[in-house]
Amino acid sequence: MSRIGVFVCHCGENISATVNCQKVAETASGYEGVVHSVDYKYMCSDPGQTLIKQAIKDKNLTGVVVAACSPRMHEPTFRKACNEGGLNPFMCEMANLREHCSWVHDKGDLTTEKAIDVVRTQVEKVKRNQPLTDIKVPVTKTALVIGGGIAGIQTSLDIANCGHKVILIEKDPSIGGHMSQLSETFPTLDCSQCILTPRMVEVAQHPNITLYTYAELESLDGFIGNFTAKIRKKAKSIDEKLCTGCGLCTTKCPTKKIPSEFNEGLGFRPAVYVPFPQAVPNIPVIDRINCTYYIKGKCKVCEKVCPTKAIVFDQEDEIIEVAVGAIVVATGFGIKQPDFFPEYGYGKYPDVITGMQFERLASASGPTFGEIKRPSDGQVPKKIVFIACAGSRDEAKGIPYCSKICCMYTAKHAMLYQHKVHGGESTVFYMDIRAAGKNYEEFVRRAIEEDTVKYVRGRVSRVYEKNGKLIVKGVDTLLGAMPVEIEADMVVLATAGVANPGAEELAQKLHISYDGYKFFAESHPKLKPIETNTGGIMVAGACQSIRDIPESVSMASGAAVKVACLFSQNELTREPLIAVVNRCAAPLYSTCVGCFLCQSACPYQAIEREEIKDRSGKLIKSIAKVNPGLCQGCGTCVAFCRSRSIDIQGYTHDQVYNEVMALLNEY
Amino acid sequence: MVLGIYPGCSLKGSSREYTESVLAVAKAFDIEIKEILDWNCCGATAAHNLSKELALALPARILALAENQGLDEIVVPCAACYSRLSGTQHELNQHPELKSKVVEAIGMEYKGTVGILNIVQMIDKYITPNIESKIVKPFDHKLACYYGCLLVRPKEVLKFDREEDPQSMDTLMSKLGAKPIDWAFKTECCGAGLTMSRTKTVARLSGEIVKDAADRGAEAIIVACPMCHSNLDMRRKEINEYNDQKINIPVLYTTQAIGLAIGLDRESLGLQRHFVKVEI
Repeated sequence: MSRIGVFVCHCGENISATVNCQKVAETASGYEGVVHSVDYKYMCSDPGQTLIKQAIKDKNLTGVVVAACSPRMHEPTFRKACNEGGLNPFMCEMANLREHCSWVHDKGDLTTEKAIDVVRTQVEKVKRNQPLTDIKVPVTKTALVIGGGIAGIQTSLDIANCGHKVILIEKDPSIGGHMSQLSETFPTLDCSQCILTPRMVEVAQHPNITLYTYAELESLDGFIGNFTAKIRKKAKSIDEKLCTGCGLCTTKCPTKKIPSEFNEGLGFRPAVYVPFPQAVPNIPVIDRINCTYYIKGKCKVCEKVCPTKAIVFDQEDEIIEVAVGAIVVATGFGIKQPDFFPEYGYGKYPDVITGMQFERLASASGPTFGEIKRPSDGQVPKKIVFIACAGSRDEAKGIPYCSKICCMYTAKHAMLYQHKVHGGESTVFYMDIRAAGKNYEEFVRRAIEEDTVKYVRGRVSRVYEKNGKLIVKGVDTLLGAMPVEIEADMVVLATAGVANPGAEELAQKLHISYDGYKFFAESHPKLKPIETNTGGIMVAGACQSIRDIPESVSMASGAAVKVACLFSQNELTREPLIAVVNRCAAPLYSTCVGCFLCQSACPYQAIEREEIKDRSGKLIKSIAKVNPGLCQGCGTCVAFCRSRSIDIQGYTHDQVYNEVMALLNEY
Repeated sequence: MVLGIYPGCSLKGSSREYTESVLAVAKAFDIEIKEILDWNCCGATAAHNLSKELALALPARILALAENQGLDEIVVPCAACYSRLSGTQHELNQHPELKSKVVEAIGMEYKGTVGILNIVQMIDKYITPNIESKIVKPFDHKLACYYGCLLVRPKEVLKFDREEDPQSMDTLMSKLGAKPIDWAFKTECCGAGLTMSRTKTVARLSGEIVKDAADRGAEAIIVACPMCHSNLDMRRKEINEYNDQKINIPVLYTTQAIGLAIGLDRESLGLQRHFVKVEI
């Protein structure tokens, strides 16, 4: 016989302002099987929990219904309280009176009636609950890090230094990401490569890190602690074991005029190439789309010159399978590309460039060796205009958000220009200056005051060419919207940062959520900014929203801590809310008829075949069996089963049916 | 084939030559043009400053008339009228409650199904496919195609061309054998309705447009809007005073350029009606 206790919470005034909690408790006390029913101001507080524990002992309760907030909020709290009171934690159910009732309805009798209905369903359910025990699963103490930019590098190093294995995959031929392309970094103007390359080398040499460059995630299966990742190692057409990185192939390759991705199209690279001299690993790849041999079937110059015979033209993509316990996604961001700013002539005028292109011009390793020369004719620009918010904060362009890093890098660009071109004149058009960060505002002030960069508050409506000059038409809103026209030699657009083109596809492979802009979604905007909604998968850096280097690095270290926490346990505890196939006595053994429809329906490959044999080893029956380690409790198999032989523990047919009937029957 | 036409006020008055050239070109391509009977003002810029419902009801009545007169598709040569009519259709299709209000106001059945074409769309759809064989005198000139503000805006409604750097007229003129120039004032404001009240402003704004076209060697400016035309053509005296320079490049409607290329009589295209003499 059930002995149920009902505990109605006021949640301060969150519930009691619209629901008559006392009446709910009184009504519930009249239900069959309910032996205890009370209301209290804060059920989650220490005295509230004590009420529950005491009642379990005094009234010898067999089940508890807490009518309070969403189970997402306090289910663990109350299950723990029940456990401490001597009851199996899965004999506790929550009736959601706050999110499902008091917050969404006005005060009134109907609201109270709905609250009573909600409580009744849970009373009927909990009467049929069975004690369950948590499932223990082992943890594979290897992490997969996707993306080898500064965030991926930092998180890999931190996890590896905790003593755990890391597999780092990077889609490009070298790790380093956007940071390797930068010239100097704000707000200290230290050289980006100088601070980054030692860490790249550390990654390559770390005994705990396995690095796969030119590799992408193919698919992912499994769950927290027990993922199986398939990684596609794209064919480099080079035998990595034989290649010494001498670079002879890259210097002899006859196809030399391919726009360099690393230099943002401002320089050229050959078809067999290392993206930049400090690349890690220092092993070239053959770009098959542009290689003469792959296009015409002839050439093979690289093969002839290679002293170690490392060129392998018929190399194929390789798919490797790895077992990992946690994943950190650090795939970074993209930059809005041409055709987006016809009014600024981007793509039409060679001297209208993006901020990232300016980084390459200002970089000592760039196409001009750090001299600011305009792309059209190699002249040093005497007058330069920087346009902040090119696309960002512009709903008409579909990007209402602030790209966050542009104010700072634009100030840096203008400063670098003034340092490199003496007597040059630079103007920045801006909407607002957002320089919130340690020493950031001071940095912008330095650009304005010491380096005499002109800041004009206003938007630019159009850039066009006339007589070899770029005419920038804008407005100065601090001078009463006075039109401003500048004849510039070069224009730099602080283009909006956007999600990577492949972000959506990757999110779907990983089963993680993403927002409307295709940035990966964190689990909670304030308290879980690193975790995703999928257990065991973390995000770091600009793939979650645009971030600067210090933020990316902090986030990466945070993600590493999350991974290390996970790996500090030998076993993980999972809720036992999984599917089970019923078993009964011989000669039936189970109502399962062995059709295995469930096996094809299961998205997690959790259904196995169990053979029931007699003592002589003769097969009596094949039935389905659920692997508790793989089952995610989605219930698909339950819906498919024709003989109703599968139930989800905690949500059995009987429980759910009686929940529904509790609403339909008159009381 | 039959195509309805909504002329609007300008095409019956200050830009008669636009109507003449549309009709002449249509005739040459065997398109029968039927004027919507009993049409009214589109509301222009005045109506939507007074009342949103009035601004919707006026164009809605025109569209309802077209429907009732059995016209499936209409051409609206004036860019402002086109913007009002297509904007109204879009808005009423989006908001059924507004639609029923407006239908009540106009006292007519209105479905919102009439196809609305501006001049460039009309040419693209019915003229360019057959144009090659008809060209007798390729329009071999350097041209500045001027789109103004309304022809391609707002993008959400018109879904036509790139609003900041439109290309459709340039493509069209290339097909006539012309060389459209790359210039900077394609979509800059001509001063529009200020032509009467603040002529100096119009002289300045239109002056910049004409000067840039001339500086880049254009032999003519091509337009698709009567308002743009009157500002660039009729106000040339004031423009030249502003620029302190005599610029005499003519301003032609797209249809006039086509007419010249296919060898139509200059008078039937109304070229003699322009203030700036057309000598190309």
